[in-house]
Amino acid sequence: MHARIIRSATRTQFLRGSSLIHARYNHSAPPPAPNNNDTTHFGYRTVPKEEKEALVKDVFSSVAKSYDLMNDAMSLGVHRLWKNQFVSLLDPGSNGPIKCVDAAGGSGDISLRILDHAREKYADRETQVTVTDINPNMLNEGRRRFKKTMYYNTPQVNFQVADAQALDKEVFPDNAFDLYTIAFGIRNCTSIPDVLNEAYRVLKPGGTFACLEFGKVENPLMASVYESYSFSIIPLLGTILASDRASYQYLVESIQRFPTQGDFAQMIRDAGFQTGEDREGEGGSWRDLWMGIASVHTGVKI
Amino acid sequence: MLRTSRPLALAATRQRPIPIIGRGIFSKEPPQRPPPAYPGHIPLNWFEKAFLAVGSAVVGIANLRRGDLVAALGDTTAGPALPRLRDVMLSDPEGRRILRDRPRINSSTVDMVWLATLPDNTFGRAYVRWLERCGVTPDTREPVHYVDDPELAYIMQRYRDCHDFYHTICSLPVSVTYEVALKFFEFANLGLPVAGLSAMFGPLRLNATQQKRLVTEYVPWALRCGSTSKNLIGVYWEERWEMDVDELKKELGIWDPPPAIWPKKLTEAARAKKADAMAEGRDVEV
Repeated sequence: MHARIIRSATRTQFLRGSSLIHARYNHSAPPPAPNNNDTTHFGYRTVPKEEKEALVKDVFSSVAKSYDLMNDAMSLGVHRLWKNQFVSLLDPGSNGPIKCVDAAGGSGDISLRILDHAREKYADRETQVTVTDINPNMLNEGRRRFKKTMYYNTPQVNFQVADAQALDKEVFPDNAFDLYTIAFGIRNCTSIPDVLNEAYRVLKPGGTFACLEFGKVENPLMASVYESYSFSIIPLLGTILASDRASYQYLVESIQRFPTQGDFAQMIRDAGFQTGEDREGEGGSWRDLWMGIASVHTGVKI
Repeated sequence: MLRTSRPLALAATRQRPIPIIGRGIFSKEPPQRPPPAYPGHIPLNWFEKAFLAVGSAVVGIANLRRGDLVAALGDTTAGPALPRLRDVMLSDPEGRRILRDRPRINSSTVDMVWLATLPDNTFGRAYVRWLERCGVTPDTREPVHYVDDPELAYIMQRYRDCHDFYHTICSLPVSVTYEVALKFFEFANLGLPVAGLSAMFGPLRLNATQQKRLVTEYVPWALRCGSTSKNLIGVYWEERWEMDVDELKKELGIWDPPPAIWPKKLTEAARAKKADAMAEGRDVEV
């Protein structure tokens, strides 16, 4: 019997998906040598700046549908506590109705909490939030969440596809907003200074910049546990729950690559914001949540 | 047991294991994984493999569409079964040819058009007829990721690729009852733990009538037939396209199960066809 085979299939392996995804599966090297100006980091890979946006877009298009489930699974529900605390700290509505913009806010988590907080604590139904995200899929998920609430189709919320590094000057004019929030989004941006500068531009004098982001854990024991959890469990949860190890590997690495709390606070100051003292805690530039796993950075435009 | 010599480069060397906890205290560097041993390889330590095995088992039985999780379960639980299958293959010239050639089964390596032209009672024609009848394609198999040795990974891949041939030769469709029956058959024949696990927990997803039919009609057939027939991992199916099906069954020692009730077609093949046509810009014939 002779086998009739079109192409010899000796030792061929058919890769699933693009080689890009496969390259991402297995990188294990720590951050490489310093980049030249044309490249940036994407997790532990070094990529040309132009590519990072597209790569991040792929990640978020892929995770959009299961974003909430994954957040709950990865943080064991704790992300809800962090977001609640973030919004309580900001206390929107305390000085009357405000206009907010929530960048990289596709999922709608923060915007909804802002509106609810203003309504429940201050009976404020005039506060407005503009939900923006660079990824339309994520924004759609946010729209779906808002459709289940009383705010949909009211002036209190509107949705814009926007790049936080280059906000459209017509939709986001100078000195227009009282509060700019960005939660778990800034580490995905190619150029953090650009985001900070745009935030500075669109905020009114006296307006607040607030960022909730993953940080560095200083405590060695906690750091070790956290790191093991991040690098072992989270990509596996991505495989099991979302069939997507690569995206969650990227997410975990992007956390590692993000500047420390102190460095990030300095970047906020460099953009022109006034922050607290250069330390953590009450009166400082940032507040650590859960020993630094997440932290809240704030700054005020003078 | 006579082993053919293989280049040492093919044997994966177990490189430094990935520790679980305690590394962060002493080093500033993030966790290092050993480099992949083959394209698609994801090296995991024992804890991660255990976690993945349990997680994929739980979610895989809850959501039957997650074939990738059943694949992950297979990879992580294979253990000593794969070296045993390798020995089985090495003991037979046909098996040795498979290990040397490492053929893959998908629509690029198998000439479906030619197979459809073969005479009616040939294995090749039966395979194409089964694919059409069930509405599936051989292209949706998840590659092996979590087996560390490249040769054992190939054997696992071969097992997955040949699953459809087992369906064909036993004339079983793809609905859950028959898949479970086939898992009993595979467990008796090949001894892979994942087949045993699927056989054990698969029936939980069936209703009472289906379970009764499975247990009274198919399981006895599967266990008897699977354990007495030739070990199917060593069968070079691609050499047997033109062989008469009945002769092939006699050679392998397989007899027909009780007649199956064929459900309506799955959409896998139609969707794949549509995706291809759209990618090429052609009009789609539904």
